[in-house]
Amino acid sequence: MSLRDYVTLRVGGQLFGVDAARVHDVFHPRGLTPVPLSRGEIAGVLNLRGRIVTAICARRRLGLPPRPEGSPEPLAVGLEVHGDSYGLVIDSVDEVLKLDDEKFHAPPGNLPPRWAEIIVGVYQLEKELLIVLEPQTLLDAAHLKAA
Amino acid sequence: MDDLIAEFLTETAESLEVVDAELVRFEANPSERKTLDNIFRLVHTVKGTCGFLGLSRLEAVAHAGETLLGRFRDGKLEVNADAVTLVLHSIDRIKVILAGLEGAGIEPEGDDHDLIAQLEAMAEGQAVDLTAVQAVEVPNRPIGSEIEPAELNLPTTAPATAAPNLKTGDVDPATGRVLRPGEVSEADLEAAFAAASGPEDEPKHLKAGDVDPATGRVLRPGEVSEAELEAAFAAAEAEIDISAPAPVAEAPKPAPAPAPASAPVTKKEAEPLPASMGGEDLTSLNNTQSIRVSVDVLEGLMTLVSEMVLTRNQLLQISRTREDSAFATPLQRLSTLTGELQDSVMKTRMQPIGAAWKKLPRLVRDLSHELHKKIDLVMEGEGTELDRQVLELIRDPLTHMVRNSADHGLETTEERIALGKPAMGTIKLAAFHEGGYIVIRISDNGKGLNTGRIREKLVEKGLATRLELDTMSDQQVHRYIFAPGFSTAAKVTNLSGRGVGMDVVRTNIEQIGGQIDLVSVPGQGTTFTIKIPLTLAIVSALIVGAGGQKFAVPQTSVMELVRTGVTAEHKIERINESLVLRLREKLLPLVQLGPTLQLEGAKTEDPTFVMVIQVGERRYGLVVNDVLDTEEIVVKPLATVLRDVDVFSGATILGDGSVVLILDPNAMSERAGNMLEEKQAEEGEETADITNDSRCAMLLFKAGSGAPKAVELAHITRLEHVEVVQIERMDGRAALQYRGKLMPILNVGDFSTIKDEGIQPLLVFTGEGYAMGLAVDEIVDVVEDRLQIELSADRPGVRGTAVVAGRACEILDVDYYHLRGLAEHQRTPGSSGAASINERAVA
Repeated sequence: MSLRDYVTLRVGGQLFGVDAARVHDVFHPRGLTPVPLSRGEIAGVLNLRGRIVTAICARRRLGLPPRPEGSPEPLAVGLEVHGDSYGLVIDSVDEVLKLDDEKFHAPPGNLPPRWAEIIVGVYQLEKELLIVLEPQTLLDAAHLKAA
Repeated sequence: MDDLIAEFLTETAESLEVVDAELVRFEANPSERKTLDNIFRLVHTVKGTCGFLGLSRLEAVAHAGETLLGRFRDGKLEVNADAVTLVLHSIDRIKVILAGLEGAGIEPEGDDHDLIAQLEAMAEGQAVDLTAVQAVEVPNRPIGSEIEPAELNLPTTAPATAAPNLKTGDVDPATGRVLRPGEVSEADLEAAFAAASGPEDEPKHLKAGDVDPATGRVLRPGEVSEAELEAAFAAAEAEIDISAPAPVAEAPKPAPAPAPASAPVTKKEAEPLPASMGGEDLTSLNNTQSIRVSVDVLEGLMTLVSEMVLTRNQLLQISRTREDSAFATPLQRLSTLTGELQDSVMKTRMQPIGAAWKKLPRLVRDLSHELHKKIDLVMEGEGTELDRQVLELIRDPLTHMVRNSADHGLETTEERIALGKPAMGTIKLAAFHEGGYIVIRISDNGKGLNTGRIREKLVEKGLATRLELDTMSDQQVHRYIFAPGFSTAAKVTNLSGRGVGMDVVRTNIEQIGGQIDLVSVPGQGTTFTIKIPLTLAIVSALIVGAGGQKFAVPQTSVMELVRTGVTAEHKIERINESLVLRLREKLLPLVQLGPTLQLEGAKTEDPTFVMVIQVGERRYGLVVNDVLDTEEIVVKPLATVLRDVDVFSGATILGDGSVVLILDPNAMSERAGNMLEEKQAEEGEETADITNDSRCAMLLFKAGSGAPKAVELAHITRLEHVEVVQIERMDGRAALQYRGKLMPILNVGDFSTIKDEGIQPLLVFTGEGYAMGLAVDEIVDVVEDRLQIELSADRPGVRGTAVVAGRACEILDVDYYHLRGLAEHQRTPGSSGAASINERAVA
């Protein structure tokens, strides 16, 4: 049995997980500079301790409705893809879970394409399903274009 | 890859670049012994080392090349063009094998018999057939993939010290035997050489000795050298043992030689050796110490320092808004140190531009043969340093331009003679520093551009109409050679005119924030001038506001700043949907920054500034809502997902910690599209128009060192003389209470021009709702004269140099000071701590 750590997070009520080894930090995306003419998923660029981080809105990436008025301040998970720093803007971060690889399942076949390509698998937790995201395809330029 | 091989590759690559240049020099001047010695030694090293590393293919080629070079050295063969070509071929072959070795870690498959046979034939004095040798395409190696500041000097100094010894000691003019001088010097060279380059080189000396058929006669000098070697190596490490058996093997032969005869020679020659023994000692004596550092480490350092600069800026910003000054002093110190650190790190990235020129002598030589033109390549300022990243990026454009000059610029030798010009055409490369830029000039003394043909071509290609052409000066027409889709070459030659034209050169240069221009005089030649920033890491930028957002515009492309608006002198006018600005009786097409970027906030804004931007031969005005500041910014690339937004070339972090996007003026103009179809006029227009305005009143004054300065009187609101004591100073800035308001006092140029005591003359400028004073040393005169700027300037605040009232004066750039004045104003109390204003980040 091999265990793996996942940072679990919520976007639009759905529980997602990202391999904890890939997550550099969790921060509040503040001081966002919007990038005119860029794709809708791109929330902007911000200064995170001297690094320029590109913030990607998870809701828009997943085709979910925008956050309702009055919801708490969003969080961002810091990820690195191809040497670029990204912040995936999400609703909230839950906890870090240790999960057994044996309980990992391939994604079901009936997902919409936008979701299918960024999901590596699903864990069946007691209460709900945990969807494991792949940062690479989630943030990759080519995949963003295709989305 | 084997460490030894990796080391070998780096060293040989350096050596080979030197050989290229040396050979060309050698062909021009075969009597220069030192050059030949250098070449010989370099090839010899390659041969020796590859024998040691078991690289048989390389060794065979190098050996054949060396044998031929040996013949030249001995004076047995005349050096001619064929011979040099052949040697260059072998160098190329070696490069190809090396490239293969670098890629795969083993020698690539291949047959070199064609080349070796010809090399041997020539060495034997037989006729050679150059066509039998297959030419190879040499892969390009990036410049300075490892920086080797001083090490290159080592090989050249070693033989220099060795050679004189020989000449005095052994190479006696009296020697009847032809072989001897060559042999002797070789042996000695090896000795010096072995001492200089360490143990791995050892075996090759033996080989060189073995191969030699004439060893019998060389005994004496040979023995001496060996003895020296032994002596030298005795002091070195145990590794040398590897080589020990070989000298011993040879020893029986020299042993019977009369000891007394060789002893004095040994002494004589042993002396210089201990001093140079072990290579490292030599380096430390002749050069400042150096080590190899991989470029990655330097890049890493640079990034760290850039981050530090940003953090420092943020700290300074914070400290400015606080009263407690406990931090002020250490912070100031930290700030200075950071600046110094940054300078030092920048220096490690600097490389002489000569590194990008190394291949050119060879290129010109080949061109000269192929085109049957006699060409002399003159290089000046090879030592001028610039950032290696920039260096890498200009290498190809430069090569292309030199090729162009040789192919299209220069006439054939016959034509030149017929024209009464010197038969030898000259291509001159010059580099020098000017401000924060490096200027490179490529000039030829050929026929100059064919203006008539360019005009025809422009019409033919639909790049301009006859009507437009009629109004254009020759200079404007010439600039079209930089336009995309333009190539004048009547026939496509092997060398140039491959469809890669000057537009590519221009694009490459503009990509790194550079500019290119040309001057061509019929019958006298063409000069291209390239101006590029010393480094790409830090650029000076204007921070502008549009649609409620801030953007950075690189200052290199901003020609001037025009204030517009309802009350301003310059008003924006409309032709259908397009905006234009009347500027000195020309119409400047405008691009609105906010709307182009589809910014929501832009809809309600009033445009206040037009930035006149020059991109290549196009000129347009970028309309912004606000110009906030000038700042030195550290350019950071955008993430991959943002690369498709072409109007931004990067992003940076300002002193207040916010991120701003850097606009790419070139992409901006393309996005603005058809508005710019009207071809824009050249920069000469500026001066020409002012001249047409006939005479204007100019104020002459002195400020700081250098030439007297002048400014159009119309720009000045008032002249004031105030007591210096009235000027108030607040943390390094000066201001004067003037008509109930605080007026900032600015210095002319970078140094303080405010006096210490007495009366301070001030030039007062006013804008909308503000005033500023410019401190000058002395107001000289008011004269009426034509203002014709003859020399352009690169320093901010100076428009150029013009002759006013018979004196060369620097013409003040009023817009620049207005901008600074404006920035000062928003900084003064009332809007203190306003995030929009930042100190210049890096001085």
